[in-house]
Amino acid sequence: MNRYLIPAVIFIGLVAILGVGLNLDPRHVPSPLIGKPLPSFSLASLYEPDLSISETTFLGKPRLLNVWASWCSACVVEHPLLIALAQQKNVEIFGLNYKDEPRKAEAWLKKHNNPYKSIIVDPEGDLGLDLGVYGVPETFVIDKLGIIRYKQVGPLDNQAIEEIILPLLDELS
Amino acid sequence: MIFALTVFAADTPFEFESPAQQAQYQRLLEELRCLVCQNQSLADSHADLAQDLRDEVYSMLGEGKTNDEIREFMVARYGDFVLYKPPIKSSTTLLWFGPFILIFLAGFAVWRAVTRQKKAPQDLTEQEREFVEKLRNETPTSKEDSLQAKLRANDSNRDAPPIKPGNEP
Repeated sequence: MNRYLIPAVIFIGLVAILGVGLNLDPRHVPSPLIGKPLPSFSLASLYEPDLSISETTFLGKPRLLNVWASWCSACVVEHPLLIALAQQKNVEIFGLNYKDEPRKAEAWLKKHNNPYKSIIVDPEGDLGLDLGVYGVPETFVIDKLGIIRYKQVGPLDNQAIEEIILPLLDELS
Repeated sequence: MIFALTVFAADTPFEFESPAQQAQYQRLLEELRCLVCQNQSLADSHADLAQDLRDEVYSMLGEGKTNDEIREFMVARYGDFVLYKPPIKSSTTLLWFGPFILIFLAGFAVWRAVTRQKKAPQDLTEQEREFVEKLRNETPTSKEDSLQAKLRANDSNRDAPPIKPGNEP
């Protein structure tokens, strides 16, 4: 009995460990920026070229910061959800136009509608680098003190919005 | 691998102050992971992000930053994951020491199996021991005789002619 029991236990243990490993998302890299303030920056706004946006713009109320670009195909997928968030849930969303050309970005927004309160223009990806952006689209939840509370890499989906983003925004406001 | 690296080095547009700095640059890129194509280092990857990070490493080296400062810069933005060699801390203990624990367990299992096998004869019951004794005492000579008889019969049946020593060339 014993001689079968031990290998069986080891086997089941291995299967369990490998099973958990398979279900982990290797693209989900925990961000070291959670709980840290937004990095300091000063960049132009897409529709108000004279205005510069900085980390202090984020003080006062919790917001989303959505990193997108006109060249990003997954951004099209999540875009309707951002529009719904802005229009129906009254969530203030800032866009970070990452490594893009302003003219292309504007054309893209004309086609897909604009859910953003303001759009930060980051043509060189400097702010993106400081935010550890590696998989556009990315979405950050920023609290009213300008501290990063959550980061989603890749497109938002209904589950992420209902289970993480909205409850977190509720808690923060 | 080495070939790929030299190709990469050849089309690097960067100019370095010294060969030592270039070596330092190359070494750092080997240590840092590209987050887009996760199983490639910054040196290997052709992803856009990897190019940006290479630029960053290059300009930080130009500013005279040390390897540790550059690693810290990357970790502050992308986390420990960006390092191919993760630091030893509570969340990585299993990663670092797990293999040694496994080797120890395997060694223990082997040791146990071996000592068990040695002990095995003592595990016979009284009845079994008697049986073995009986087998041992059972007319060993007659058995041996029949075996030898068989062997002999076998020998004589071989049709190969016996070698005559005188006929050899």
